[in-house]
Amino acid sequence: MDLNTICFGLVGFLFIGYLVLEGFDYGVGMLFPFLGRSDAERQAIIQTLAPVWEGNQVWLIAAGAALFAGFPNAYATLFSGLYLALLLILVTLILRGVAFQFRDKAATPIWRNFWDWALFAGSIIPALLWGVAIGNLLQGLPIDGEKQYAGTLGDLFSAYTIITGFLFVLLFMLHGVNYLALKLDRRLIARIKPAGIKLGKITLGVAALFGLLTYNLAGSDARVITGTALLLAAGAIFFACPRKDDGQIVKNFIFSALAIIASVGAVFLALFPRIVVSNLNPKWSLDIYNSASNPLALESLIFVIGIVLPVILAFEGWKYYIFRQRILVQQEDFEPRRKLWGQLQGLLRELIGYSCKLSVALEKATHTAISEPRREAKDAAQRRVIRLQELKVLTRRGRRRANDKSKTRN
Amino acid sequence: MDYTVLNLARLQFGIILTYHFWFVALTLGLSILIALMETQYFRTGNNRYQLMVKFWGKLFLVNYAVGIVTGLVNEFQFGMNWSEYSRFAGSVFGLPVAFEALTAFFVESVAIGIWVYSWDKISRRAHLAVIWLVALSSNYSAFWILAANSFMQHPVGQVVSKGQVEPVEVTALITNSYLYYQYAHTALAGLAVAGYFIMAVSAYYLLQQTHLAISRWSFKIGLVCALISTSLVVSSGHFYNQYLAYAQPMKLAASEALWKTAAPAPFIIFAVIDQDNSRNVYQLALPAGLSVLTYNSLNAPVKGMNVLQGEYVKQYGPGYYIPAVAILFWSFRIMVGIGFWLLLLAVVNCWYWRKNRLEACPALLRATMWSLPLPYVAITTGWAMTEMGRQPWLVYGLLLTEKGVSKIVPAANVWISLFLYITIYSGVALAAVYIARKIILDGPGEEPQ
Repeated sequence: MDLNTICFGLVGFLFIGYLVLEGFDYGVGMLFPFLGRSDAERQAIIQTLAPVWEGNQVWLIAAGAALFAGFPNAYATLFSGLYLALLLILVTLILRGVAFQFRDKAATPIWRNFWDWALFAGSIIPALLWGVAIGNLLQGLPIDGEKQYAGTLGDLFSAYTIITGFLFVLLFMLHGVNYLALKLDRRLIARIKPAGIKLGKITLGVAALFGLLTYNLAGSDARVITGTALLLAAGAIFFACPRKDDGQIVKNFIFSALAIIASVGAVFLALFPRIVVSNLNPKWSLDIYNSASNPLALESLIFVIGIVLPVILAFEGWKYYIFRQRILVQQEDFEPRRKLWGQLQGLLRELIGYSCKLSVALEKATHTAISEPRREAKDAAQRRVIRLQELKVLTRRGRRRANDKSKTRN
Repeated sequence: MDYTVLNLARLQFGIILTYHFWFVALTLGLSILIALMETQYFRTGNNRYQLMVKFWGKLFLVNYAVGIVTGLVNEFQFGMNWSEYSRFAGSVFGLPVAFEALTAFFVESVAIGIWVYSWDKISRRAHLAVIWLVALSSNYSAFWILAANSFMQHPVGQVVSKGQVEPVEVTALITNSYLYYQYAHTALAGLAVAGYFIMAVSAYYLLQQTHLAISRWSFKIGLVCALISTSLVVSSGHFYNQYLAYAQPMKLAASEALWKTAAPAPFIIFAVIDQDNSRNVYQLALPAGLSVLTYNSLNAPVKGMNVLQGEYVKQYGPGYYIPAVAILFWSFRIMVGIGFWLLLLAVVNCWYWRKNRLEACPALLRATMWSLPLPYVAITTGWAMTEMGRQPWLVYGLLLTEKGVSKIVPAANVWISLFLYITIYSGVALAAVYIARKIILDGPGEEPQ
């Protein structure tokens, strides 16, 4: 194996790592508005992700940066070519990321609803679009002889790429269901399971379609290995589906991870040694040689990834070990979505309160304005102000002294 | 050539990076201060420290979240808007970016998740180790990002062949002298921002006479940090500027609005700049000031822009190599002015602290509180000077900015992305400020007896 192959393998590993880890993250994000019926339930579901999502998303940043350093031409062509799709991914990911921090910081229904939908959109749109993007790598993009993308946004969508997108969404949802079954309050799991069983069947159907098309697109010399990976993916999906009997949870989760690895792996294997196929002229395809950076850069990149990956994997493992406990649904500390009428009533009540205060203040003001301000009263008031100021200074001094004493006691 | 895409892409890059750095600067400094507080908690077992860690930690996390989500955009930016630059420099510039993600950001984002949610799940010792990991890895990641920027400012250790830069020695990226001036200045600025942030919030409590136990201690921690870091920022800035005379004389001359070479060179305090005619319409100058500042000598010559322009034309071919002088000139002055004002603020506060009269002077507390935006203005103008002073180069002396922009991206796409980023970023900033305000109004809570 040469440097380019190793480097491509490592970049692929990082990207697949991102899809496996963020896979359940996105899956949970897509499912939670429907699975969590009250705010406390939704918060509990989010809580299963809160400590881990940043460590999952960083795989995307690492994969992108490694692609940049290792295969700058592929990076440049893809990112400038898939401009609007990536923009949509970025924008939704921004909202998704802050949603984790912001959602529970205020308790109004509008606020929480907004961040719930941000989380949902930030999960389903990236999942779908990454699927579409990966489908496009294999199906081919209009790439010209200058290594430039020569198409529009519409060129990204075809039957195959849309099927890939849907497969990603479904696979991630399945992965998410399995993750929740591992992490969530057992009371909620009973509700999730039927959804998981249904989901599994649909996923298997879409995966079959995806498998046939992918096999068809693979070059003749890559057919055997691609086909093997695809069969592996199908088998993994079959075993990843939740069953009615309990006690298979860990197995299901491992198989849904495997299903993602195998189906993305199949696309990469069918592509190899190409990175992006050009559908204008096969010769213009970007492969791991004509888009790579200089050997020294590849070498140092491989060196660093090789050292860092084991450490990171161990660290991530420790993290999942720390947060191995199930997340319980907390007592309702916040009213579940109040009806619109209730909100309006609350608003009205507040308004009435404010207007009462305002009228009282106005009354006072007019009273003082109308009554003749007598000289004596004014003087008395001034004296009172002066005494108040003195008192303030005295208390401040007293407080400081008390503080100093307590400090020395400490 | 159509300049719409170029100008939009530059505007977008400026907005996105500046916004990102507002949050990153606070993260860099505050993570260290929180780690120090937690160390104190670990050593003394005093609950007040734990309360402080948790309170500042809450504000830190809101700030951190915004910093992290905007970081993704920065990385993608290079491929989306600057794909020709990515092709040109990927072999060199991509490396520090990748090393940052792999060696620093990976650790940081796993550790931050552990730190927030594991107070009762792991031992105190392990928890302390985790916050130190967050603090060190965030500062370490800044190192790599600045290594990438230093390559653009002062490329060393590579050759250009077949329209691509190729590294000759990878270590040249981190032995680049530019990196060390820039890193010191930036990391210290992060600490200063964090110091004033803590001081401003604590000053608010001191004025309200609430949460006194926490705010008094915090104020002093912030003050010590602010005093030390601000004086170091100012002095590192001075040496950085002296270094610019060697590495980027054009940037130095432009930031001083010095058109003609002068010996001794004056320090111009105020100027009305007329870039079209390469002159200052009016200027108020301190004789020999610039020579003293730059070369520690009363009569050393400092090269002016007109002379440098001539040299660059000889070296790189015809072109206009002078950056936007007025922006640089005023950015530099605003940054330096704020630096000195903040230094003064810290010194006066220290004086009052020594007299034990910190709370007896509400005016000073109020000034401290209302100075909170100033460090942010200073880092903004600082970056404006660094990056706009690099123009018209994208990689100094190797690639012009107009050659780095994506060829195939239509202006409409850049308009759309600019619009979306501005909308979303302002919404997120508003939400963050709203939450921070709420956290501050709620206060750190009562100390357990």
